[in-house]
Amino acid sequence: MGNPNKAKAESGFMRWIDDRFPATQMVQEHLTQYYAPKNFNFFYIFGVLAMVVLVNQILTGVWLTMSYNPSAEGAFASVEYIMRDVEFGWLIRYMHSTGATAFFAVIYLHMFRALMYGSYKAPRELIWIFGMAIYLALMAEAFMGYLLPWGQMSYWGAQVIISLFSAIPVIGGDLTQWIRGDFLISGITLNRFFALHVVALPIVILALVVLHIIALHEVGSNNPDGVNIKAKKDETGKPLDGIPFHPYYTVKDLVGIAIFLFVFAVVIFYFPEGGGYFLEKPNFEPANPLVTPDHIAPVWYFTPFYAILRAITFSLFGLDAKFLGVLFMGGAIAVLFVLPWLDRSPVLSIRYKGWMSKVALAVFAISFIILGILGALPTTAARTVVAQICTALYFAFFLLMPIYTKLEKTKPVPERVTG
Amino acid sequence: MKKQLFVLLFALMPFMAWGAGGEDVPHSMTPDLQDQDSLQRGMKLYVNYCMGCHSLEHQRFARAAEDLGMPQDLVEDNLIFSSSLAFNDQMHNAMKNEDGENWFGAPPPDLTLRSRVRGTDWIYSYLLSFYKDPSRPFGVNNSVFELVAMPNVLEPLQGVQEKVCAAVDRPVEGAELDPLTGKYQACGVLQVTQPGSMEPAEFEEVAYDLTNFLAYVGEPSKLQAQALAPKVLIFIFIFGVIAYLLKREYWRDVH
Repeated sequence: MGNPNKAKAESGFMRWIDDRFPATQMVQEHLTQYYAPKNFNFFYIFGVLAMVVLVNQILTGVWLTMSYNPSAEGAFASVEYIMRDVEFGWLIRYMHSTGATAFFAVIYLHMFRALMYGSYKAPRELIWIFGMAIYLALMAEAFMGYLLPWGQMSYWGAQVIISLFSAIPVIGGDLTQWIRGDFLISGITLNRFFALHVVALPIVILALVVLHIIALHEVGSNNPDGVNIKAKKDETGKPLDGIPFHPYYTVKDLVGIAIFLFVFAVVIFYFPEGGGYFLEKPNFEPANPLVTPDHIAPVWYFTPFYAILRAITFSLFGLDAKFLGVLFMGGAIAVLFVLPWLDRSPVLSIRYKGWMSKVALAVFAISFIILGILGALPTTAARTVVAQICTALYFAFFLLMPIYTKLEKTKPVPERVTG
Repeated sequence: MKKQLFVLLFALMPFMAWGAGGEDVPHSMTPDLQDQDSLQRGMKLYVNYCMGCHSLEHQRFARAAEDLGMPQDLVEDNLIFSSSLAFNDQMHNAMKNEDGENWFGAPPPDLTLRSRVRGTDWIYSYLLSFYKDPSRPFGVNNSVFELVAMPNVLEPLQGVQEKVCAAVDRPVEGAELDPLTGKYQACGVLQVTQPGSMEPAEFEEVAYDLTNFLAYVGEPSKLQAQALAPKVLIFIFIFGVIAYLLKREYWRDVH
């Protein structure tokens, strides 16, 4: 009959519920008695914002699905139908398309926060891995969603990315055909991407988000000092440096959400195309398998990896450049999964790490941004060299991490959180 | 401070290569969707000069009438020429695609979203850049879109432009400055040599109105967005202030 120590309401309706479902218990575990460090800074808002954007994507996505037509003949026109004839369809669609950009913006900042404060380190390795799985699923979700408007860039972007699989030796050709379901990208591809985008991947993402949060609440949140707040408790067993998530962080997060929504709304109402980086200009032309656009560029959140792909212009160890590029691109994401075991530093937070870690993180962040810019531009010989250097720096950050985190002298970590 | 810089860099990432896609065109214009007179003139010009060949597959007459402030009977009497088109229909053209292909080599494209593909500067410049070229099937070429298949349908208004050598005010590549007049002597300049029914300045307004109308057609929801935005932003702002006050109150007891 369950745990007798479970928190239950005294009487009334909630008691009736609690006898059948651990509602009060869950509220206490995850909100009112979940103790979060009191020293969260600006960077700790992005997890909540990612949740807000996820809800936004699901709700607007459901309403878009009501009017969208997933066929090669009708997809493009149905998007314009949503933009013009559906009540507030334009708003729903821009909330969804801008939401995709917002999702990656907050996720990148969320990941950067983890890099800065060592949130991936023991005992939070699984939180990090679940998070990386979310990121991977999100990339697939965004990529498939981008095909749905069936514009020129939808079509040719998908063409470029799917053809990457053809670089895989032996099975490449058959594999790409299996993914497309056709000899070229067609209505069949569109239909399966639609199914994956609106049904399969959202379920995967939601499940992973639940795992991410359960794992987080099991070990507790990290903080900018990387101090374990559970080490110092008061006589009642509450962490001295912890405060209940609700009401303290719920009200604090509301402020962050308001600021985010303000920026989000400004983009939706005034810059929904994001200067051609959120909605690319060629995508206002229907997909045409016979005409290739002059310059095919992915949406901004994929450009760093696209730049890595294009940076590999040489063959190595008998592997041709294209396949090697695919391996490097995949490796750039795969290496993130093993990050918890690359960091050998005794401290978590960048605040107490040595100068080498600080320089490495700064160089890594700058390389990532430069790769992002290069990935959006057509290649030139000079740009390729820069992309190669940045790719090397990107990988150096991870591969040299076991060395520099062990070599460097760290600062003493305080016993209690600071400010 | 360092942290904030990082944030800024990340936040600015999508904007850093802003404007990389713009094509280089000789003229620029700023659409004004509040200028209903211009939009109405643009629609009149469009249905009279363009719509025979170029459809607006996603734009309804009724929506344009509502957004541009035109009563239904006026639109039905003056702007809908085909008996097969009704007020609530989309603005379909009168020409079959096969005919277009036979006559021009390619069917004239639908122009609903052209302002979002090419940009308004491009459309405006394109309309102003036809010039006489006897080597082309219709006797005209276009300096913005070389070897274009389209004839200059606005020629009766604009007159015939030719590429000539002339003195111009702004510096042109390879042009020499004349120290006496302060102007540049350049060749390949477009100039009206056989006047049409309009002065060049009047015709520029025609091009402006047409482009403005196509800017509207590309994104009619922009009018709604402009009307709704201030209300939403004020609401979020007030919500944010209240949320902040609430946060401050709660956090009094956190030390």
